[in-house]
Amino acid sequence: MKLRTLMRHAKEGAKSLGRNGWMTFASISAVTVALLLVGLFLTVMLNLNSIASQVENNVEVRVFIDRTATKEQQETLKNQLQQLSHVKSVTFVSKEQGLEDFIKSMGDDGDVFKSMKGKENPLPDAFVVKTDKPKETIDVAKAAKELNYVDEVNYGRDYVEKLFHVVDILRNIGLVLIVGLLFTSIFLIANTIKLTIVARRREIEIMKLVGATDAFVRWPYFIEGLMLGVLGSIIPFLLIAIGYHQVYDWFIGKNYQTYLFVKLIPYEKMTLYLGGLLVLLGAVIGVWGSLTSVRKFLKV
Amino acid sequence: MIDLIEMQDVWKSYANGVMAVNGISVHIDKGEFVYIVGPSGSGKSTFIKMMYREELPTRGKIFIDGTDITKLKQKQIPFLRRKIGVVFQDFKLLPKLTVYENIAFALEVIEENPRNIRKKVMEVLDLVNLKHKARSFPNELSGGEQQRVSIARSIVNNPTVVVADEPTGNLDPENAWTIMEIFERINNNGTTVVMATHNKEIVNRMVKRVIAIESGMIVRDDEQGEYGYEA
Repeated sequence: MKLRTLMRHAKEGAKSLGRNGWMTFASISAVTVALLLVGLFLTVMLNLNSIASQVENNVEVRVFIDRTATKEQQETLKNQLQQLSHVKSVTFVSKEQGLEDFIKSMGDDGDVFKSMKGKENPLPDAFVVKTDKPKETIDVAKAAKELNYVDEVNYGRDYVEKLFHVVDILRNIGLVLIVGLLFTSIFLIANTIKLTIVARRREIEIMKLVGATDAFVRWPYFIEGLMLGVLGSIIPFLLIAIGYHQVYDWFIGKNYQTYLFVKLIPYEKMTLYLGGLLVLLGAVIGVWGSLTSVRKFLKV
Repeated sequence: MIDLIEMQDVWKSYANGVMAVNGISVHIDKGEFVYIVGPSGSGKSTFIKMMYREELPTRGKIFIDGTDITKLKQKQIPFLRRKIGVVFQDFKLLPKLTVYENIAFALEVIEENPRNIRKKVMEVLDLVNLKHKARSFPNELSGGEQQRVSIARSIVNNPTVVVADEPTGNLDPENAWTIMEIFERINNNGTTVVMATHNKEIVNRMVKRVIAIESGMIVRDDEQGEYGYEA
């Protein structure tokens, strides 16, 4: 298509937005509300997903070594652990190191345990066993328990499973809501544009009768829908970007990253993705809504 | 002479069961001027509409300039219509555009080079004697003037055929004659004109070929015909 023609279509599309002021406002608001909710859900969902996989990857089996075991026996145990299937790595953590890690993980509250350093240390030496797949943790833990010189075996399977269960439910609810909202706003835009078309029906008829192609008639509506959708995505994007910035700063400020061993999706990455996605969704909703409504008027 | 328009055993029935055209075959040569006459509901409008594919025949073939237009795909129809100028009884002008813009619009939507638009629009406005009204809006014009604008629009693209459905139907006799003179001028320039009309006086005074349609069939086709019905 020639640039000149494209300019004409853009001008026509923009003109129609202005001419139908209130309806334009209503459509943009519909997209705004829909995308705001969609965006909020997406932000929460993406973070939950990311946290879930971080937690999943943190799942490890901690094999505490019997205090009576000699260096050679520890070495044997290490070898045996490495022989187990699905074991990725076996790392020795001395009781001193174990206590140090624990104190660190408690943050400010860790000071109380500092007195335990040295002879008072209640922790045994341990092996930290990582599996190649988070799922294999249970089997590895069971097998480890059967080995000699093993005092106790710990793994965080239970709470990981619960977390995944919750994430799954949220994901499904979110999906249903998102799809519902998207269709509602498509419907609203389609209706708005349909109203503006009724006023321009004659124009379309004449265009068709003097030999305009369907594509030529459709273009201004395509652009109008695109603008409705993209304009509707700006406010939700700004609101969510600002909101997420607050939450993110708060999360970092409170040091939750270190306490909880989880990270939120970095602010810049999140806003970049979300911005792109919301604008894209807005554009798709707008264009779809607009083109569905113009279709039946083209039959001249 | 070359056949410009040829209908071969054309039938048209509508979804509601109305049989509008029942087996019409006709040849119209390049450069002819043809009246289509007949009582209301005889199928004149359908006959006209089938020529630019606003209606598709149920059966039969219609050739325009050698192409069977009943076989055209949806995408090809616009290009057929660029060869055919259409004039309506109700003018079909856009009220928010000026006379100039209404005509230029027809060129814009077929993506004519803007450099040619002004020249072409002024030429046709000159032909219909409305150069001085270029900046007026349709509601500032008389019915006759509006119809002249609509004719100007139909020919601005240099079509090979102009089809008109009751172009004088809404006009007083004086304006009707002005319109007819314009059609005659267009025809003298080599453009074929096919016009459905109810105007007995015009048909009898500006003598041309007359095709009479009754109940969707051609009942009469005279080279130098007359209206043949009581007005």
